[in-house]
Amino acid sequence: MSYSYDEQMFRQIIMDHYKTPRFKGLVEQPGFVTVHLKNPSCGDDMQVQTQVENGVITEVHHDGSGCSICCASASMMAQLVSGETIEQAQAKKQAFYDMVSGQGIDEELLDEAISLQGVAKLPPRIKCATLGWKAFEQTISKETVEQAEGVTIVTE
Amino acid sequence: MYNTDWTKDFPILNQEMNGKAFVYLDSAATSLTPEVVLEKMNEYYREYGVNVHRGVYAMGAKADGEFESVRDQVQKFIKASSREEIVFTRGTTTAINMVAFGYVLPKLQAGDEIVTSMSEHHANFVPWQVVAQKAGATLKFAPLDANGAVTPAALQSVMSEKTRFVALNHMSNVMSALNDVQALSRVTHEFGAEILIDGAQAVPHLSIDVQAIDCDFYAFSGHKMFGPTGVGVLYGKYACLQAMEPFEYGGAMIDQVQQFTTSYKDAPYRFESGTPMIAEVIGLGAAITYLEKIGYATIQTQIETLREYAIQQLEQLEQVEIYNPHNHEAATIAFNIKDVHSHDAVTVYDLEGVAIRAGHLCAQPLLSEIHQGSILRMSLQVYNTKADIDRFIAATKKASDFLDVLFL
Ligand SMILES: Cc1ncc(COP(=O)(O)O)c(C=O)c1O
Repeated sequence: MSYSYDEQMFRQIIMDHYKTPRFKGLVEQPGFVTVHLKNPSCGDDMQVQTQVENGVITEVHHDGSGCSICCASASMMAQLVSGETIEQAQAKKQAFYDMVSGQGIDEELLDEAISLQGVAKLPPRIKCATLGWKAFEQTISKETVEQAEGVTIVTE
Repeated sequence: MYNTDWTKDFPILNQEMNGKAFVYLDSAATSLTPEVVLEKMNEYYREYGVNVHRGVYAMGAKADGEFESVRDQVQKFIKASSREEIVFTRGTTTAINMVAFGYVLPKLQAGDEIVTSMSEHHANFVPWQVVAQKAGATLKFAPLDANGAVTPAALQSVMSEKTRFVALNHMSNVMSALNDVQALSRVTHEFGAEILIDGAQAVPHLSIDVQAIDCDFYAFSGHKMFGPTGVGVLYGKYACLQAMEPFEYGGAMIDQVQQFTTSYKDAPYRFESGTPMIAEVIGLGAAITYLEKIGYATIQTQIETLREYAIQQLEQLEQVEIYNPHNHEAATIAFNIKDVHSHDAVTVYDLEGVAIRAGHLCAQPLLSEIHQGSILRMSLQVYNTKADIDRFIAATKKASDFLDVLFL
């Protein structure tokens, strides 16, 4: 699926993820790795939880509070990486980082998340857009998975 | 009614932000620096930029003279009884830590109590948490009134014979509520305790008389009162300073160094180790001169006029919620826009060229008191104009359409 640039559509996508986020709310079950990240300067606060089986991300949850860009982005992230292999999820993560730092937009990989492309023009907000992705990245990093089961608290 | 005489003294106000003329409404975070202060610091580096307290040559004496004359100036500025009661520090945060770790902690015993409040800046909050934890002491909180102030009765309600130390602000940094610090000092002393006043937000707006207040310590920062960053002041009653342990050891603070023991200078020099922030202290002196030239009366009238106008405009916008409408001495307006996260809003202001603050404002305890995770704060100084407020209000009206910033 690919989108042509349509501002009205992007606005709807962002507001939709902001107001009715996907995969929101954490679960209390074994086998999940949870990472909690905060942006102390603005108060954004994000937890991301993943379950990985045989190199595939079987479930992703997130919970937190923050601005529209932070919350909508975390919801889009969860939608994008659910059911993906770790390699594919990493590629999407990289595509997202590239987009918000103005290094090209991969519509194939980013799907609805291309609605956030305007963040590239707002340097102070890049941190908002990437907070959920950063937390996700840590949940699947080798070290975090090795110490799994516990909750890792990290302050950015 | 509106005075624009001072705006031209601040070169940064000729800048643009995001292609719009720069409107600065974040002076409570740091004030802008006037040309005269920049000049004075430049002059030090260009004309006599050598070390102080060391050189026996003429230029060193010149630097010494300029540096030490600021101590006299600060003494008069806050009406301390002697110049030796003025310690130059890196800022308010450092000053408070010096007192917490050099004065209070060594005397503190398990079971003692320290009193502070939920409206303190983290600088006057976290050090007391740490000191209390280290000593096994208890931290107590004087309750706030509806405007965010600590009344003498509120302080009295948490004082006991176990209270050793009280640390409160003169003016808070979010609500800008003004505390009657003279009465708070009186209550503290009635219980045989001592008090530090965090004056970081008060000094830019009110004339200070530490002897009338009768506080034991008073701390403030140069950068919030037209001075440079990296310099602040700790005032302490001389007996208190003499009883305080140094926080940092090294050159300049010593009297005599032997192989195994060292004796130290008397206060305040004992607390000024190493090469001090010479240009910054000299710049602070120029800032005090500048502030006194304008006069507190002018600053207060200007800010009050602008603030009343801004409040009046904001109150017409039903989406705006103001948290400190009745703090008339305040230089800040703490507010939120309904259904808009403060960080979404602040980008709208940013793109309109208007600098205001968003987030927890280094006052998470206070925000939890008013049940907000984050807020917006605009703050005023004498260089602001009615046109600034108009730009601010125009941006406020746009803030509900916060996604627009992604599609410009
Ligand atoms: C009330 C108050 N106290 C302390 C501070 C800390 O001052 P500084 O960062 O200059 O050390 C501030 C600065 O924001 C403040 O507003």
